[in-house]
Amino acid sequence: MNESTLKTPMIKMIPIFIMGQKYEVPAELTIMKAMEYAGYKFIRGCGCRGGICGACSTVYRKPGDYKIHTGLACQTVIEPEMYLTQLPFYPALKATYDVSTMQGIATEIFEAYPELFRCVACNACTKVCPMDVKVMDYIAYLKRGDIEAAARASFDCIQCGLCASRCMGELPQYHIAQMARRLWGAKLTPRAQHLAEMVLKIEQGLFGELIAKLETTDTAELKKLYNAREMEPAMSRNEWKPSKDNVGLR
Amino acid sequence: MPYPPELKELIKVVEQTRSERVGRKEHDIEVPFMSLEERGQILKYHPDYNEDGKRALRVGPNKGYRIAHEFADVLEAASRVDPDKIDLTKPAYETDLLVIGAGGAGTSAALIASERGAKVLMTTKLRHGDANTMMAEGGIQAATQHHKDSPYYHYLDVMGGGHFTNTPELVETLVTKAPSAIKWLEELGTNFSKDTDGTLMTIHGGGTSRKRMHSAADITGAEIMRTLRDEARNRPGTITVLEFRPAVELVLDAEGRCAGAVLYNLETEEYFLVKAKAVVIATGGSGRLHIQKFMTTNHYGATADGIVMAYRAGVEVCFLHTVQYHPTGVIFPEQAEGILITEKFRGAGAHILNVKGEQFVNEREPRDVEASALIREVHRGLGVPTPTGKFGIWLDSPMIDQMVGPGTVEKEFPGKFILYKRFGIDISKEPMLIYPTLHYQNGGLKIDKTTKTSLPGLYVAGEAAGGIHGENRLMGNSLLDIVVFGRIAGEHAAAYAKALGETKAPLQLDHVRRYNKEVLETKAGEGRIAPMLLPDYTLAQVKDRQLTSHYHGTLR
Repeated sequence: MNESTLKTPMIKMIPIFIMGQKYEVPAELTIMKAMEYAGYKFIRGCGCRGGICGACSTVYRKPGDYKIHTGLACQTVIEPEMYLTQLPFYPALKATYDVSTMQGIATEIFEAYPELFRCVACNACTKVCPMDVKVMDYIAYLKRGDIEAAARASFDCIQCGLCASRCMGELPQYHIAQMARRLWGAKLTPRAQHLAEMVLKIEQGLFGELIAKLETTDTAELKKLYNAREMEPAMSRNEWKPSKDNVGLR
Repeated sequence: MPYPPELKELIKVVEQTRSERVGRKEHDIEVPFMSLEERGQILKYHPDYNEDGKRALRVGPNKGYRIAHEFADVLEAASRVDPDKIDLTKPAYETDLLVIGAGGAGTSAALIASERGAKVLMTTKLRHGDANTMMAEGGIQAATQHHKDSPYYHYLDVMGGGHFTNTPELVETLVTKAPSAIKWLEELGTNFSKDTDGTLMTIHGGGTSRKRMHSAADITGAEIMRTLRDEARNRPGTITVLEFRPAVELVLDAEGRCAGAVLYNLETEEYFLVKAKAVVIATGGSGRLHIQKFMTTNHYGATADGIVMAYRAGVEVCFLHTVQYHPTGVIFPEQAEGILITEKFRGAGAHILNVKGEQFVNEREPRDVEASALIREVHRGLGVPTPTGKFGIWLDSPMIDQMVGPGTVEKEFPGKFILYKRFGIDISKEPMLIYPTLHYQNGGLKIDKTTKTSLPGLYVAGEAAGGIHGENRLMGNSLLDIVVFGRIAGEHAAAYAKALGETKAPLQLDHVRRYNKEVLETKAGEGRIAPMLLPDYTLAQVKDRQLTSHYHGTLR
């Protein structure tokens, strides 16, 4: 507990309720820093501290407001009288599959996750998403077989699991979206031709001698080569080619 | 927090110079790159050059080596466990390969090893994927456009960025295995940003001579991590993952081979033994040591654990005297302090500006040079004052929309757009206030190009290894490093385990006893224990009232 004797007059303190218990904390902290200020030491419920790993999803309510609010503890600034709990883990079953042997068709997703069709379009998932992902929409895209749309719509998902916690149809939405994105990336977008060609050139040993020579070049000479590099202009298009410095190309 | 009125006034200065600057940018008129001599001058402002921030190590294989106090503190420390209390005859798990750390490098190693027929146990301190990999934003380098680029140019760029100190065979491996690493990720289904014909989109990064930065919007690391993690979870028969169980010591066998580790269950507070034929350390970096008190972009668990364990077992460290400060971390709003603002903003054309709205450095210098230039600008009194008395530098994101078209910032940088929106700042209309932030451990454990260490059976991949990036890493080479060397570690560790087969050599922790004794005798440890496992952000006043709690190092 932070007793009143601790308060410095410079900092404005506000009350928040962590799992129902009141703590006075500096007004401008995030939920995560407020909990640490109050004396909590995280093992669960804290990951990247940068809003991308999905470890610190938090559910809270505010006085006089019937709504359930959600946010990431590391990103959400506290509000007076909010009362909150973290939800660092929520059970959700993940199907196992072998992308390399799949075709990238919707029935493969339906087979892995038949519960997909239990969605009743209540939209609770979208409302609860701390990343503003349109969860119900991507589930709808999948129901009509549009993997690309689902992959694009779910791209910002951080797999925190809040959607699954609120789902009336008991879907593990974020696992389903992961499968859609992998099928989209592996099976439905064209492979990069130039990449395959470069891998082949390297396997053929076209750069072996060039690089081996660099490895044994002394620093003074290496610095000369470094300074002489032709720099691709910042605003060039992909087609740009070096005009004089072709020594490393094959 | 939205910008207060004082900062709004200063933003007007930036707006006044913007159209003229956009005009210059569109004609490729840039601040000239520094010569190698000019770089040398400006690097004196870099925190690595502050000798007061360092001391010579008093114990272990690198005795006498000067590194930051915060690193020395965890290396000059005793074990968390009393070796006599561990029953080395009763392993809780036996496996072919133990992978310590489940970020990008560890997961890549686990996947490849499982394909080579090894039974893999991967253990991690927090959750699978809780790692700096997840947070890497800007991209992954590889020379994939053969009409203008090749591993040759990539090699030169890497060496120049690292001040020509890098270990050549590691650089050779990094650049020549880069395209096949991207191809592997593509086949696994990573959603790279591509043109409709499949051509990978590429941009510049600091210190690159050719555009070879591939990305998945502005969450490249997260996309790679969740793809690798999904694949590992699809192989429950060969890959077992333990979470919230960091390793705290390596275990050797009587013949001096690495043969497992002691794990600690953070929740039940039990220690237990894993016996393995080979071990991969992929424990990542150390930003949470807050070197020289800098704020950090790093993950909560980035505390150099793997380096501590292997150093005790006799593996040398290298390049730990240099630490990377990312030029652009958030300095305002306070709530987001330290958070990384990807270099991709600069790659896309955003200018770096002082309080007068003027450019003072090319936006694509190598990271240490760029960071030093920003620090010097504040020293010169040209920083932007924040409401809490700090100084920052502007990163002019709105000019991207002005050059490429409205909506570009929101589309290309969705993660950061949402982050700032939560604080009431629209970064497509207002610039970001940034300052260098502790970002990357350039150095680490010494490895060869097969990721092998001097300790038989021990392999290291990812940020925990040193030498690949020399004294300074370029943007986009760490995601590359973890995938390239993670895969190599998986391959070689699996082959080693297979060749070794079953052994009857008893397990032992004598190296820990010896190290504890050395720490005690030299008085270097001063009551410290390591690995740290988690940083400690509990207030002193709170600790004073926790009368029956005890802190085991930083862990309560």
